This record gives sequence, structure tokens and C-alpha cells, in this order.
Amino acid sequence: MGSFGNPEIVEVQSDILIIGGGMAACGCAFELMRWVPEGVTVRLVDKAAMERSGAVAQGLSAINTYLGEQDPADYVRMVSNDLMGIVRDDLIYDVGRHVDNSVQLFEEWGLPIWKQPGDEEKTLKEGGKPVRSGKWQIMINGESYKTIVAEAAKKALGMDRIQERIFIVKLLLDANESNRIAGAVGFSNREDKIFVYKANAILCVAGGAVNVFRPRSVGEGMGRTWYPVWNAGSTYAMVAQVGGELTMMENRFVPARFKDGYGPVGAWFLLFKAKATNVKGEVYMETNAEMLKDYPPYGLAKVPATCLRNHLMMKEMREGRGPIYMRTDTALQALAKSYEEEFGSKEAKKKIKHLEAEAWEDFLDMCIGQAGVWAGENIEPEKVPSELMPTEPYFLGSHSGCCGIWTTGPSDLAPPEWQWGDNPPEAGKDPAPGQKNYNRMTTVKGLFTAGDGVGASGHKFSSGSHAEGRIAAKSMLAWVLDHKGFKPTLSKTAKELAEEIYLPVRNWMQHKDYSTMEEVNPHLITPKMLQTRLQKIMDEYVAGVGTMYVTNEQMMEIAVNKLGELKKDSEKMMARDLHELMRAWENYHRIYAGEAHLRHMLFRKETRYPGFYYNMTYNFVDEKNWKCFVNSKINPATGEWTAFKRAHKDLVTKP
Amino acid sequence: MPSFVIQEKCDGCKGQDKTACMYICPNDLMKLDKGRMKGFNQEPEQCWECYSCVKICPQQAIEVRAYADIVPMGGAVIPLRGSDSIMWTIKFRNGNVKRFKFPIRTTAEGSIDPYAGKPKADMSKLSDPGFFNHDAPVRTMAK
Repeated sequence: MGSFGNPEIVEVQSDILIIGGGMAACGCAFELMRWVPEGVTVRLVDKAAMERSGAVAQGLSAINTYLGEQDPADYVRMVSNDLMGIVRDDLIYDVGRHVDNSVQLFEEWGLPIWKQPGDEEKTLKEGGKPVRSGKWQIMINGESYKTIVAEAAKKALGMDRIQERIFIVKLLLDANESNRIAGAVGFSNREDKIFVYKANAILCVAGGAVNVFRPRSVGEGMGRTWYPVWNAGSTYAMVAQVGGELTMMENRFVPARFKDGYGPVGAWFLLFKAKATNVKGEVYMETNAEMLKDYPPYGLAKVPATCLRNHLMMKEMREGRGPIYMRTDTALQALAKSYEEEFGSKEAKKKIKHLEAEAWEDFLDMCIGQAGVWAGENIEPEKVPSELMPTEPYFLGSHSGCCGIWTTGPSDLAPPEWQWGDNPPEAGKDPAPGQKNYNRMTTVKGLFTAGDGVGASGHKFSSGSHAEGRIAAKSMLAWVLDHKGFKPTLSKTAKELAEEIYLPVRNWMQHKDYSTMEEVNPHLITPKMLQTRLQKIMDEYVAGVGTMYVTNEQMMEIAVNKLGELKKDSEKMMARDLHELMRAWENYHRIYAGEAHLRHMLFRKETRYPGFYYNMTYNFVDEKNWKCFVNSKINPATGEWTAFKRAHKDLVTKP
Repeated sequence: MPSFVIQEKCDGCKGQDKTACMYICPNDLMKLDKGRMKGFNQEPEQCWECYSCVKICPQQAIEVRAYADIVPMGGAVIPLRGSDSIMWTIKFRNGNVKRFKFPIRTTAEGSIDPYAGKPKADMSKLSDPGFFNHDAPVRTMAK
């Protein structure tokens, strides 16, 4: 039996290890277990409980990627434009051609999907027409979305292959073979146990990154981030630390949402045709339309890139024409009027009541906090407009963002430079030709990712992440079957690894009696204060909300130094219990995610995403020199970062 | 809006080593005070308001009080989650009340049989695009 400070060490061997329990992990588990032959072992480890873990924990009111009859090439065009042209067409097309299969399974498993009148009894698979809130989105009753998807994954795996409440904090390279994954190490946040895993293939799918930047609310409301507050950048940090190549980490997502609750706006724009205006009631997408011409072709599309829509809004805010309002009032009044004219007042009342329920369900399915804000502020959306606000920046690869990890693509679509297996490419170089390719493998042999982990391929959302996990499952199994003779060997003993992980606990025990106040001690820093310091640096120097998303080269260079000092001080983090030990490691991951973002922003000598951030030293889009991927990696032996370019290539024709 | 536990209603899940709220919280916030045998939210400023603890509590002992640094007091959003639908009661600060009911799933909880009626995987296609249950090859790009 372990005790706090002297944990029991448990060693686990598994051919395939899945790190995470969200949509991608659930997809991987479901697909994998149908293929996996006798004798190949599988293990899934989740920091939380699969039933409600990951970004879909709370539920969703829509599935944002369902293609139906549409051409995956058109999906690629939409994603590419929204992300300012620098994406991997092969990865996006691959998600697009697979994703519907997952959505149809969700429906079969019990997820209610809205259908058009007359098609209510038909499933999607039978050709039932979904209610679309946009070209690619379909509406659902999604309160139990994650519990349903997790149930299928748990059944597929069986509970003896699942460990919950274990937080993996480091990936481990093989001692004998260079650049080869061999395992991972983590700890239980329920009992004093360290787990050391040895594996042949690992899927690292631990979500995006939240609270790297100072959030707009810093009291109790600090938890009310748009993306889940428990996403600590673990995917990016752990892969980067073993030398996995990152891509487009300069990308960030700054959604414009209902102020304070960060509730969804999609239904208001798309279903109810509401307009966003400045304080004078001017529709800034119309009055500032000229600004879109500065960014061809991304500003000229029918739906301009998300960052550019922010760009037009932020001009109003900077020039004192805030607040920005979502005109829920005029939209609902206009709808009521048109219903009355078309259906008469009795029927119109019924329809409006139905519409009102739909508007509230949009919040209650996926952002209950926003309903709480409206309840506390007595908001009646049909009578008053509500404020919109751009959030603090987040890092993610699955929603309208594309930061993440550089991976292989599908063998039938990816050009040779995006395919590798036993001989991954070195920084900035192409891989050696003629290798067997393993889809969604990182540049570390045997290490795979999906969902928020795969970079340069946004807009997969919940369904695409599930499908991508399934894609990775198959290639991981192929990897394992092709490398049966591999015996993972760790370069550190389990005891040494345990010491590294429990460092914050050791720090606490060693120094706790030095001062009379637990949280003020020159030898120690609490994870919370470390996080606050990270957020202050990122906010003030790296274009957070405090500077209205503005920075420049000099400011970012200061931040590099400050993050370096913070990283040194992270060795003084303390943990008074297992919960605080989890926070310590999460914040350690957040530093790496933040540093990757900063180094990529510094390297890219342009402002590729106006409306998400502005580098005032280069406040323009430079298609000639910078329509390329910015990639980076850490030398795992020295900890040194290198950033470099990789050529972009269009695989589908674009405007 | 951090979740909070109503003292009178919480029974600490009857002395089991793990309460329902501890089991479910995605951010490891819920903790059992073993002295009082009551659950509590140990880090309210890290609460995402996902309501997982509120929905799962067998005693309906958990509610949410809107973030004190953002929202005027007195409102409440309270769910009652059944097996196939969820009822929401929204109480406004001014006393108004709205109620909504939405479906949540069309099958019984625990009834999913993931591979029932599904084809077996064809190992010869492991390295091809497509999933084990695709009945036709997936599309490929026009070159």
C-alpha cells in the first residue's frame, strides 16, 4: 500500500495504450476492438470518468460535421478558407469521407437527431433528412451525447481494459531505439499509486488547452471558459517533450460568444437570423465589409474566415462603438411578425414558443452557465439584445482552430512528404521515400494522435474527432502487428520516474514547515500561483485580452525569457494532496503549450489570423513568404526548441 | 457558477468510498468530507458548470449558484434528468419561471450492444481507408 509521498508503483504492459477518454479516444476504442486479434493487448487511461470526460462532457446541441450528400472536397474548401488557407487537405478530406459513419452510429446508439418534417421516423442511415443549422451542421438533443458515445466505447473495451482517474503526465522514449515511443507514466488522483506503462503504440488524445491565457473572469468565474477548463494542453506538451513535431501552434481560437457565459451563438445567427451590431445598431459585417478585401481570398468567401469576422467586430470595440450586441430582440420580433402573416396569430404563438424552447435548449445542452447568466440578469431575449464578447485565446485542433501535431496522412491521398513509418522526417526535411505509411502517426515512431491533437486540420468537431480516433485505431494496430518483436525498454527505472512525478509532493514535505503560512514560502510555489503567473505573461505579452489581442516582436521576446524563468520555477511547485498534484502537472503542461504558441508566433513574420491576434511588427498577411506550415520541435535530450517551415500544398482546387 | 451541495440533502452516498459526484466530475472538484459525510466542491473557481454532478446526484442535493463575480444573485437553473428526457426549471432573479423538457436518448441506458448486427472486420483491409462497418469503399479524391 502506498502513502502520500511514498506511492505504490504499478507497472503495466499493453501493446496499445490510449491516453484520454474523449471523443477521439472513444472512437479509437470502438473501432480498435473490432479489429484487434487475440493476443494484442489494449488499455485506455482517462484523467476523469469516460461517461463525462473531454470537451463533450456537458453535451452539445449540434453535430457540426455531417456531410450527407456533400462532397468532402467542398468540406476541405470550407475548412481551408476558415483557417486562412494553411491546412492539410489530405487530413481534412479523410475526416470528411469517414465522419458520417460515426454520426450514424451515434443515432443507432440512442442520440436523438432532429429530422425534417415527414422524416421523423427515418434514421440518417435510412436517408432521413436532418435539420441543418448550417451547411455542415445538424441539430441534436445532445444532453447525453458523451454518455452515449462513452457507453459504446466502454462496452467495446470492457471495464478491465479501462482505468479512470489516472493522469498521464509524461510519455517515455525507448532506451535502445531512437525516436521510438516506449511508454508513459502517470498517477492516480484517487490513491497513492504511480502507473508506469510500456507500450508498442500510443494514442495521445488528451484535448486542447484552456487557461493558458488570463481569462476574462478571474474570480469564481475563472472556470467559465468556453472550451473545457480541464483541457491543460497535455496532448501538445507531452508529445513535444518527446520530440514530436508540432504544427501551426501559432493558431489559436478566440470565439465571439455571449458575454460572460460564453454561450453558443450559432443557433441565433443561423436558425433565427439574428444580426450582430455595434452600439448604434449598425451591422459591422456590412459597414466594415471593405476590410475583408484586405485579406483575399479568405475575406471574400461567402462566409469569411472566423478570425476576419472577429477582425471586423474588434474595430468597433477598439474605436469605442461597443458593446457589440446580438440582436435577439429584433430577430425574434421579425420572426413573430412573419409567422403571424403566414400562419395567423394562434399558430404563430405556438411556433414562437417552440422557437424559444429551441433557443434555450441551445444553452442548456452545451453551456448551462449561459442560461444562469440570463436568469440572473432577467434576460428576455425577445425584448432585449444580449452582449457578445471575444473570449480569451484557446488552443485546439478540432473546432475552428488548427494548432496541433504534425502527422502522416492517408496513404491514398497524402503526397509522399506527408507519409512515413519507420523513418520519420527530420526537422524541415522530407521523409525517406518508400516507407510503409501509418496514418495519423506523429514524427515519433509508434506515437499517434487524433482530435485536438492533429494539427492543420480543424473543423472536425465532436463527430470528426470520433472518426479520426477510429482512423488512428486501425493504423496503430497495423503498426503493432508489423512490430511484434519490439520490446519497449525504459531508460529510467520506475522508482526514478515516480520521484519525478512526485517532485511537487517532495517539495512540499521538505519545506512546508519553513514558514507559518502554507502558501507563502520562498522555497515553494502553489500550482495556482504558477498558473496565474503564466496567464499574466501570456495575457500581457502574447496578445491576450488585456491588449486586445495585440503584440509585437519585442514583447514576445520578453515573454520567451519570462517563460524560461517560469519553467525553472515550476520545479518548485508544491502539492499538498493528489488533487493539487494534478494541478501542478496540468500547469506544467500549460507552460509548454503556451511556449509552443509563443515560439510559433515569433517565427511567423506576418499576422495570419487578424481577429485572433495581431503581431504589429508584421501586421499583414504575406501569402508569398508565409503561406506555409510553421512547425517546431524540441530536442528531447537538450530541451532546445527549433522552428522551421514546411511547404504547403493544395490537393483540392480552391478559389 | 460553481456547484454547491445542500447540507440537509447530501447523505455522502451512504458511506461508500466514492460518491456519485466524485465519480463523475470531469475536473476532480467534488470531494467527500469524511467527518461530516458530506460532499463539497473543493475548487469552485475551476468549475465549468457542466452540471454533471447536479445531474447524477441521487439525492438531488447539488445545485449551482451563479458565479459571484459575474451574475446578480437570485436566479437558478435546475435540471431533473430522467432516463429518456431532462426537465429544466429556470428561475429568474425577478421571480419569473420557465420550464423546458427535452429528450436525451432514444434507447435505454446501458442497452448499447456495440457490435450487434455489425460485420466482422476484414483484416485484409486493415491498411485501407474505411471502417470495419463501411459497406462500400469510402470516396477518394479526384486526381
